[in-house]
Amino acid sequence: MCLAIPGKIKSIELQYDGAVRMAKVLFGGITKEASLEMVPDAQVGDYVLVHVGVAISIVDEAEAQKTFEYLEEIGEIDELVESSQLDRPQSL
Amino acid sequence: MKYLSEFRDPEVVEQYIEELHKVTTRPWTIMEICGGQTHSLVKNGILNLLPKQITMVHGPGCPVCVTPLNLIDKALYLAEKKGVILCSFGDMIRVPGSTRSLLEAKANGADVRILYSPLEAVKIAQEHPDRQVVFFAVGFETTAPANALSVLHARRLGLTNYSILASHVLVPPAMEAVLNDGEAQIQGFLAAGHVCTIMGLDEYEPIVQHYQIPMVVTGFEPVDLLQGILMTVKQLEKGEAKLENQYSRVVKAEGNPEARKVIEQVFEVSDREWRGIGNIPLSGWEVKESLAEFDANRKFSISIAKAPECADCIAGQVLKGIKKPYECSQFGKACTPMNPLGAPMVSSEGACAAYYHFAEADAV
Repeated sequence: MCLAIPGKIKSIELQYDGAVRMAKVLFGGITKEASLEMVPDAQVGDYVLVHVGVAISIVDEAEAQKTFEYLEEIGEIDELVESSQLDRPQSL
Repeated sequence: MKYLSEFRDPEVVEQYIEELHKVTTRPWTIMEICGGQTHSLVKNGILNLLPKQITMVHGPGCPVCVTPLNLIDKALYLAEKKGVILCSFGDMIRVPGSTRSLLEAKANGADVRILYSPLEAVKIAQEHPDRQVVFFAVGFETTAPANALSVLHARRLGLTNYSILASHVLVPPAMEAVLNDGEAQIQGFLAAGHVCTIMGLDEYEPIVQHYQIPMVVTGFEPVDLLQGILMTVKQLEKGEAKLENQYSRVVKAEGNPEARKVIEQVFEVSDREWRGIGNIPLSGWEVKESLAEFDANRKFSISIAKAPECADCIAGQVLKGIKKPYECSQFGKACTPMNPLGAPMVSSEGACAAYYHFAEADAV
């Protein structure tokens, strides 16, 4: 029910006498219509998260990258810990 | 970036699994609230890859599962009323009421329609001015803006033949109910990413502080879930209790203010009964009195006697994380997705359905 899928905005048009911004959103090979009323800043080319026909968030690419950087950071910390252990003089 | 395949990358999954095995030194019990996350965990085989010390407990975040039996009976009554078109999401149509499901009512001739979006129901109302169109509007905070928008669209169009039968529930009171109940002995939470997309983080900080419990707002893909679990375990291992956001590509601290404005226009907080769990104070939304003409409950003044729940179904214990689906004596026997005794066996977010469809035989 809370399933929401990211898709790319292909085009935007006004409906309901210009009161509502609706988009054609591309999900893989499928295009579906979604309301942009909850994401007034969304533009063509943006990825939006769509839930039951309503876009609820614009996906942030820089933030998405953090999930992959998180692992790198952990790796770097591990290396630091390991090298500091190597540097440490062995106790007698 | 396409925001899907990257978060299903087996190599990244492997790295996260490896890291989890490195940091986990003690047994920990973590609840994922959202049924969508439960399905992703089971379907992708993640439960079998986690360190043995980590137990994932599945939470009540399945709106279809917690929709009271009495409300389904009301929907059935409306569906069979002359001149009514009853619309809802596919899962809701298949859940058994006290005597039958909406799908069975449809097979018997009722005009029941399965829709992808409540906005489609408004279009149906526009096309059929001589019929009453009712949308059975179930959902957590994620779905509330869409259901609320349908009411606002109908009002803008001047429709007098559209209403919603609302069954809206809220996550934070349910989390507190699970913690106060205590039986599931939860030590950390994965908070539901899409609920927080709408509501933001503010309402979770008091829960983290009061119960001193780690909480990580988490997404739905395998890499998201593993990072969320890793962040939770790291807090537990260090003895910390913080609110963190794994799903920052979508969830902003302030949530989605536009969506919340729409919700506030249409709904107000109310006490609500959760199927299998009972009444939880201030845990739902109902349509505001000023919009009574769009509220099917008021519009049709339906009164249906409360029917008893199926005695063999342990859905309540499954929803509170006390029992796993396969601990039910009816699981896969008298209760299957084709012939369900309870809602969690039907829904694409129900824990029973997840285990029935995807769990390996040795895990069951």
